[in-house]
Amino acid sequence: MSAHPEAHGAHHAHGHDDHGHGDAAAHGSLKGYLIGFILSVILTAIPFWLVMANVIDSATGTAAAIMALGVVQIIVHMIYFLHMNTRSEGGWTMLALIFTLILVAITLSGSLWVMYHLNHNMMPGMSPELMREMP
Amino acid sequence: MASNSTASATEAPVFYQTEEAHPPSSTMLGFWLYLMSDCLIFAALFATYGVLGRSYAAGPGPKELFDLPLVAVNTSMLLFSSITYGFAMLSMERGSKGGTLGWLAITGLFGVAFVGLELFEFTHLIMEGAGPQRSAFLSSFFTLVGTHGVHVTCGIIWLITLMVQVSRLGLTAANKRRLMCLSLFWHFLDVIWIGVFSFVYLMGVLG
Repeated sequence: MSAHPEAHGAHHAHGHDDHGHGDAAAHGSLKGYLIGFILSVILTAIPFWLVMANVIDSATGTAAAIMALGVVQIIVHMIYFLHMNTRSEGGWTMLALIFTLILVAITLSGSLWVMYHLNHNMMPGMSPELMREMP
Repeated sequence: MASNSTASATEAPVFYQTEEAHPPSSTMLGFWLYLMSDCLIFAALFATYGVLGRSYAAGPGPKELFDLPLVAVNTSMLLFSSITYGFAMLSMERGSKGGTLGWLAITGLFGVAFVGLELFEFTHLIMEGAGPQRSAFLSSFFTLVGTHGVHVTCGIIWLITLMVQVSRLGLTAANKRRLMCLSLFWHFLDVIWIGVFSFVYLMGVLG
């Protein structure tokens, strides 16, 4: 970071150091890491507790809670551990992340949607004999 | 002549730029793009598991196979390793070489515990006859969780390499950059694990 501070004086060295911090993204602080860790522990403990203690009667409700808590925990990790923000690398990391999330959403929802319908149409009731009788 | 020399004297400070002299390093952005492509690999594996995860082929399902207390311990190992890596980064910022190496070692031990528990779980499943060849559900399960485990193993090897580098060369600019790349990698694997324990283990046991 400070390869040649001797020639340019203290002001330049200071500016250079700031610059180094800027392009290397935020490092985080002890407080940030501890907040992230405590939130993660809580957000991990709740879904395990929900399933292991069978708290909510409806399985659908429990599943929705698990996925919602998972999403929240991923956001917590992104902010407090990966130090994601809209300013790092001039906003390009955030842009790459948004692009990736769109692709992930298409991959997941597309696969599940297509394959669900495929399975549905290949159900045992749809035997070749029945298919022949269909209009 | 006189006007020329004064003009150049007044113009000179204009070209003296202190801030923009060095183009910023693009290593962190490049590594982030690698992580995003890795994220797509896991998206494909999650989609595969989502499609095949209920094709048991009359074999055992998640309810009979998954041991949630073991998964909870495993999850906590990875979570602890995340915070200890954070402490290593804070020690690095303070310039404390010993502190960085110490926290890196603790992080590595948590990582080894995680991989060890996962291997224990895998061998247990295979001994029960629930290996990857048993059903489509188990094939996709072993592929998804195994790929994550391979990533953590690579992370541990990288971590040991960096510990050797830091102990021999100190906290140089290059070593700091490498440690920050590994930091992103390590925390990214923890993010993927959130998806694994939520989507595979908890949803699986839920039925």
